[in-house]
Amino acid sequence: MEAIKSIINFLSYPEWSFTLSLILFGLAMWSKALWTKAGGWIMLILITVFFGLSLFDPNFFVVVAKPDNVPIVMMIYIIGFFWWYAMYKAHQNDRRIEAGEPTFEKSESEDRIFTWPDLVFSEFICMVLLTVGMVLWSILLKAPLEEPANTSVAPNPSKAPWYFLGLQEMLVYFDPWMAGVVLPGLIIVGLMAIPYIDTNKKGNGYYTFKERKTEIVLFLFGFVILWSELIVIGTFLRGPNWNFFGPYEYWDINKVEPLVNVDLSEIIWIKILGVGLPGHWFVREIFGLLFTAFYFLVLPVLLIKNKFIDGFYQKMGPTRYYVGMFLFLTMMLMPIKMYLRWFLNLKYFVHIQEFFLNL
Amino acid sequence: MTETPEETKPEPAAQASEAKSAQPAKPAKPAAADAEVSRRGFFSWAAVAWVGFTAAAGGCLTAWGRFMFPNVLYEPPTSFKVGPPSDFAPDAVDERFVESNGVFIVNDQGQLYALIAICTHLGCPPNWLEAQNKFKCPCHGSGYYRNGINFEGPTPRPLERAAISIDPDDGQVLVDKAQKFLWERGQWDDPSSFLTA
Repeated sequence: MEAIKSIINFLSYPEWSFTLSLILFGLAMWSKALWTKAGGWIMLILITVFFGLSLFDPNFFVVVAKPDNVPIVMMIYIIGFFWWYAMYKAHQNDRRIEAGEPTFEKSESEDRIFTWPDLVFSEFICMVLLTVGMVLWSILLKAPLEEPANTSVAPNPSKAPWYFLGLQEMLVYFDPWMAGVVLPGLIIVGLMAIPYIDTNKKGNGYYTFKERKTEIVLFLFGFVILWSELIVIGTFLRGPNWNFFGPYEYWDINKVEPLVNVDLSEIIWIKILGVGLPGHWFVREIFGLLFTAFYFLVLPVLLIKNKFIDGFYQKMGPTRYYVGMFLFLTMMLMPIKMYLRWFLNLKYFVHIQEFFLNL
Repeated sequence: MTETPEETKPEPAAQASEAKSAQPAKPAKPAAADAEVSRRGFFSWAAVAWVGFTAAAGGCLTAWGRFMFPNVLYEPPTSFKVGPPSDFAPDAVDERFVESNGVFIVNDQGQLYALIAICTHLGCPPNWLEAQNKFKCPCHGSGYYRNGINFEGPTPRPLERAAISIDPDDGQVLVDKAQKFLWERGQWDDPSSFLTA
């Protein structure tokens, strides 16, 4: 048992758990068996068995049973369910479309339905049930209040509200300006821009996966992996001093995790070239600046012919394509930076203290 | 649900039609209407209105500005005494003044200096971890050496130093947080940023 626990602890360290979740995400999107009723039940049982057995571990129990963290357990189930439900419907429809039958939504009704009573009534039922749930929840689980605030003492670990834990995780890898202002701004603006960028009219009013594979995979990658998974990591696996702890690990405040971070300029000028850092910031950061220019200006051109997004440039036109690519590449900076931090201890690509410009 | 709107609807419609039917009669009147409020009169009233509005807005702004400078501030003074220099053991980090004044007093290699206990990443208060010989921020894991230089985590620059001096009257160490010394600007060489023990 202890051996299994230590294996899970080891695998849950971000470099491995993130890699694992990327592989699992790829497999899930590729698989068809997962998006059936049997597949859904098996996943539900597996997750529940994992949680149920893990609750016997005292360290796991302490973290999961915190009133703060209960909603995150619920979130795992809810995201799992809706993800499965949409993909289940989509695969069903894909089979129907392939066989030349009308989609599930079409076969249900050819007409549009009324807002009242069809929509408003079910919304009303949801509202009542949700209110009942909230009342019961607030009675059963006490609000996790702490002692009066003191500006010179922070709880350790200090966690943002759960919905910001993805951002807090981002702040570990990026400069506060980037992770706190620029990237969240781009997330909001980018999500708002999707309807103007996405020219694929398919899937309007019905579930489908085949007709918009790339769009769905990209969105789910951002939402499930980069947003929700980071919330789960931030909630369950970040302990005192924002160190990383496996799910069965004791939250030791004195845990030592050596993390000396270096900038790209230091890696190249000092480690590889063996000369000191140049004095002027432009020369010092030239490699980081070149990388950034390549990443945002050359890479979109190189990716035009990529199999995964083949034909997108022709469909979208240069402006739409570039805006979409820019948003996509900005999103991909997150995993790239995470891996570089884990394996090369990279701090910033570009670190211009002179202007507080760090990437 | 559906019946009531239908019942009430005719009224606004009727009003609208009345208003419309009343309007065609008006073209005869404009001359009289102009005579009632002359162009000059209109502008003088508009001026009064604008002056009134500006005065009210200005008053609100002034009150708001005054609010920013309260009569009493329940904050510790930025300049305070921390005791004689002999209180600070060599090569130790003194945490006694963190909770009250937000500074670590560090005695390091013959120098005594005050590090402001605010992480330069996003402003959380870092903790001193004696066993690991480092300051560590609980929010995003930024780490600093004993001397305040950053070495791990996301923080872009070292901790800041507060001005430190010996009070000439009683020989106590005087820390002034109003004056800060930033390493990246080379200000740590400034003689008021440290004391030589």
